[in-house]
Formats: sequence, C-alpha cells, structure tokens
Amino acid sequence: MALIEIDRLTYGYTAKPVLDDVSLQISTGEVVSLLGPNGSGKTTLLKLLLGMFQPRQGEICLEGRRISAFKPKQLAQRIAYVPQVHRMAFGYRVLDVVLMGRMPHKGMFFNYSKADEEIALQSLHRLSIEHLRDRPYTQISGGERQLTLIARALTQGAEIFIMDEPVNGLDYGNQIRLLSSISELAASGYTFIKTTHYPDHALWVSDRVVMLKDGKVAADGLSCEVVNRENLFNLYNARVDVCRIRGGLVCVPEALQQFSRRPETCRFLGRAVGQ
Amino acid sequence: MKRTGVIVMLLAILAATVLVSLLLGRYPVSVTDLQLFFNSLVMGQPTPDGERLQVLKNILLDIRLPRVAAAVLIGAALSAAGVVFQSLFINPLVSPGLLGVLAGASFGAAIGMIIGKSWLIVQLGSFIFGLLAVLIALSLSMINRGDRLLMLILGGIISGAMFTALLSVVKYLADPYEQLPAIVYWLMGGLSAVDSKTVLTVSIPIALGLLLLLALSGYLNVLSMGDEEARSLGVNVTLLRLTFILLATIISALTVILGGIIGWVGLLIPHIARMIIGPDNRLLLPAAALIGATYLVVADDISRLLFAVEIPLGILTSLIGIPFFAFILRQTRKGWS
Repeated sequence: MALIEIDRLTYGYTAKPVLDDVSLQISTGEVVSLLGPNGSGKTTLLKLLLGMFQPRQGEICLEGRRISAFKPKQLAQRIAYVPQVHRMAFGYRVLDVVLMGRMPHKGMFFNYSKADEEIALQSLHRLSIEHLRDRPYTQISGGERQLTLIARALTQGAEIFIMDEPVNGLDYGNQIRLLSSISELAASGYTFIKTTHYPDHALWVSDRVVMLKDGKVAADGLSCEVVNRENLFNLYNARVDVCRIRGGLVCVPEALQQFSRRPETCRFLGRAVGQ
Repeated sequence: MKRTGVIVMLLAILAATVLVSLLLGRYPVSVTDLQLFFNSLVMGQPTPDGERLQVLKNILLDIRLPRVAAAVLIGAALSAAGVVFQSLFINPLVSPGLLGVLAGASFGAAIGMIIGKSWLIVQLGSFIFGLLAVLIALSLSMINRGDRLLMLILGGIISGAMFTALLSVVKYLADPYEQLPAIVYWLMGGLSAVDSKTVLTVSIPIALGLLLLLALSGYLNVLSMGDEEARSLGVNVTLLRLTFILLATIISALTVILGGIIGWVGLLIPHIARMIIGPDNRLLLPAAALIGATYLVVADDISRLLFAVEIPLGILTSLIGIPFFAFILRQTRKGWS
C-alpha cells in the first residue's frame, strides 16, 4: 500500500478548479519534486496534503485513512510542513523555535519537558547546528534558518516533510547544502514532497518528478526520465537540453548556449587583460 | 534556570515597590508604623497604641491599599494584553487598543455618565461597550474574505473610529457644566476615585484572565509564526486566536472600569520586558505583567505626590511613555528584524 494516495483530487478557490482530477501514489522514502509554472497548483496540492483545505472531489489518504479523518495534532505527528525561510518579527531562540515541534504531542495546557528539550537538541545535532541553540532566530543566516525549520519538523516526529520551494531566498552554497541535507534524510527513510522552480534540483535530489500544468498531472515518473526536452518545453515553453555531465544530468537552456561567453568572445576580456 | 530567576527578581521588586508606596503620601507613615500594623493585624499581637492603629488601618487599608492594588492590576493587565496582541498580530507596534476596546469603553462610560448618576452604570457601560467594540471588529473581519489578520486590524480601525465619533456626539450633547467635565476628567484616567469594593470585584476576573493567558502563553510563540505554520503544528488557530483576543479584551476593559483610559502602558512595557528577558512569550508574559504593575504603581506615586494637585495618571503615563518609547525604539530594533 502506498504511503500517500491521492485519488482523483479536484479543488478550486473559485468555480474554476486549481487542481483537476489529480491522482498520485507516493511511497515511503521517496523524494518527490513538483514542477510546474506559476499558478499550476503546486502549492495548493501541498496545502491539501497538510489538511488545510478540504478537497472538492476525490480524496487524499495517508496509509489508507482519509486525511480529514485525522485530528490536526495526529496529522501533525505524521506530516510536517517546512515553510520557506521567512523573516520573523520576534527573535526567538533557535532552540525555542525547534521546541515548537513538540506542540502536536502536547495537551491543551502544556509546558515543554526535559524530554522534549532532549528531542529538540537531537534534531539540532542531526543537522549539525547545535551551536546555534541559543542564537536568536532573526540573527542567523537564511540557510541556518531553513535548517532550523527542518530540525523543527524532525522534532515533530513526522516522517513526511512538505516543503514549498525550500531553496527560495538561499545563496548558492546554502542551496547545495540544503539539498544535501534533504538527500541524507531521505536516505534514512524520510519522505519529501517539495515544489521547486529548478528542474536541476529535481534531478539532483529527487527520485521522482511530478509535473503539473493547469491543475493536471502533465508527467509523472523517474526524474531522469521525466525531465527531458519535450516535457520541459511543454511545461515552461522554453527550449532546454538535458545533458549528461560527469554521470549526472543538468539542464542547459538553448537560448543561453548561443550567447554563452567563451573567453575569446568576451568583449571586456581583451580590454581588461590585453594592453 | 537563569531566565526564571529574572521573574523572581521582578516579583521581589514589585513587592518592595508596593510596600514603599504604602508609606508614601500626605499623611506620614513610617516603617515602624507599618511593622506595628502588620504585627497586630497579621500576627494578632496586642498593641499598646489602639488609636494610632485605627488611623493606620484607615489610611492603609481604606485609602492607599486599594489604590496601589488598582495600579498593580491595571499595569499587569494592560502589559499582558499588550504582549498578547503584539504576538497575535506579529507586530511589535501594536497595543491593546488595536481592536477598539478603549474607544468603546470610553464611549460606554460617557453614555453612563449622561443617563445615570450611579457609578455602577458608568462602570458597566464602559465594560459592555469595550467588549462590543471588539465584537464589532471581529464580525467585520469575518464577513470579509482575505488575510485574517489584516481584516481584523481594519475591523478594529473601523470600530474604534466609530466609537470615537460617537464619543464626540455624546460630549457635544452633554451638559457643559457638570457632565462634560466629568467625562473629560474620566477619560484622562486616574485612580483617585478607586474604592476597595470595585478593586476587589474586578481583581478576581483580571487575576483569572491573567492566569489563563499565562497557561496558554506557549501558543503565542506558535501563533506569531503565522497561520499556516501554526496550523501545520496541529494548532487550532481560529479558536486560540479568538480566545486570546477575548481574554485580552476583557482584562483591558476591566482596567478601564478601575482607572479610565491609561495610555502607552500596553505598548511600552512589552518592549522593556522583551529587552530584559527576550521574546519567548512563556517568560515574556509574566515578566511584562510584573514590570507593568511596578511601573504603574510608581507612576501613580508620582501622580499623587509630585504636586499639591494630583496629575491624572493617564496623562502622566503618556508623558513618560512617549519619550521613553522613542528612546528604546533604537535599542529594540535589533530584536525585531
């Protein structure tokens, strides 16, 4: 049985559906990247998976049980949401942010126990950011914040991580480090469902790519097979070659190839080095 | 733990401030007097000087204690409400009056002064209209779709503006020789009219409200991360937000019953508390309540002692609060961004 089963799901904010008859099966340990142009329904699908909206038609099941049948806290113990890096008004300590992950395990009036703190510290350790524990969340870098939010999801005890454009707002080095962390966690059995605007990132860390266009599944399969010239053109209306370099696949936009600067064609190079 | 130690220290400072404030006043009361008073009343020891004790009892229990207690309640309630609103609206520039509770309470009190001579009607009027103003803001936010927080703030602006306008109508219609001055003085805020019965009655719901807010304060951290994140952590955002708004509104409206409109406490004190103990609401809420209580007791001491004529407390808190806020704005900017 699939871990998550989306069956003929339809949803819309207005009469026009944002998601139209979407069916997917996701198994444990998969890293699924949702690709699609702006407004294709990627984020809406994530929110439905988190139980924030009720499907108009069809259903989403977690291990055979409808998501709407879970209590919010029960669902939060299984599925965690890792939001995009955001600015926060208040500079809570990193440890306090991570401790929020224990919330789904607490009653109405609660206080975090020593054991909760232990779990939070373990999550920080797992992502090698224990040294940040007492720093204000507002004063650490974007990459560190994203890792903090992943640590919170680990603390939640969830095995399914939902991420909405996780690399958004991170610098290049932090993007790579974040994607490596995702790969590592996936290798130990966590399931990731994430949206991304970068087919390259899908090739790097995903086993599987689901392409959404106008609320419908345009392609679904192994990332090395689905991310190809035809599908990318269909999705983004851009001509992109998928090339194999050092055993891995990368996307090279055609439009850039003809302009790509070789040293001898670089107009400013002669001026800078020449005379 | 270090941070809980700060709370204990703040509690000690409040206790000391209250004790000193009981000694201050037109009629001199010395430390030995206070000792005599405690020995005979609390310990039940017989005292040689019965007449002196009667005077002390009169001054301390009937005059000074209710006033100091009212200052403690108002300061704690407004500061706690300020912390709640700032976290709820994810904005450190928000004060408890955001959803119109103070505007509504002012109008209610003014109406009470016109229709009835009884003080009870004024108090009831301010409480009921304070709640009503917030309920109007809440329902305005419900009928409009869109960003919940933004709609609430807009609802609060509308509701507050409406009751401010209605207050002007009442002032215009009021008898200019008796009613109008009464309304104006009351709106300045002050504790000179406080009586022990009202303080006792109001202290129970304020204390309960504060305790409940304290018990729920862990949720404020999560709510200040935004709706979606809070929801993904299994939190019932709508219900909790409503609970927080109603609790903060009720304790704010109750402070208006005690002392009229006392401004700037709910905005200023949470900032000072955040500078001392950090933004974690589980500690910030009690710290702000204690600092606010201390601040208002001191402010009230100044208002009754500085000049021969008492300065209305509300004017004083604004006069102290505004420049102080301008000053700490520089220091706190780091903590927000």
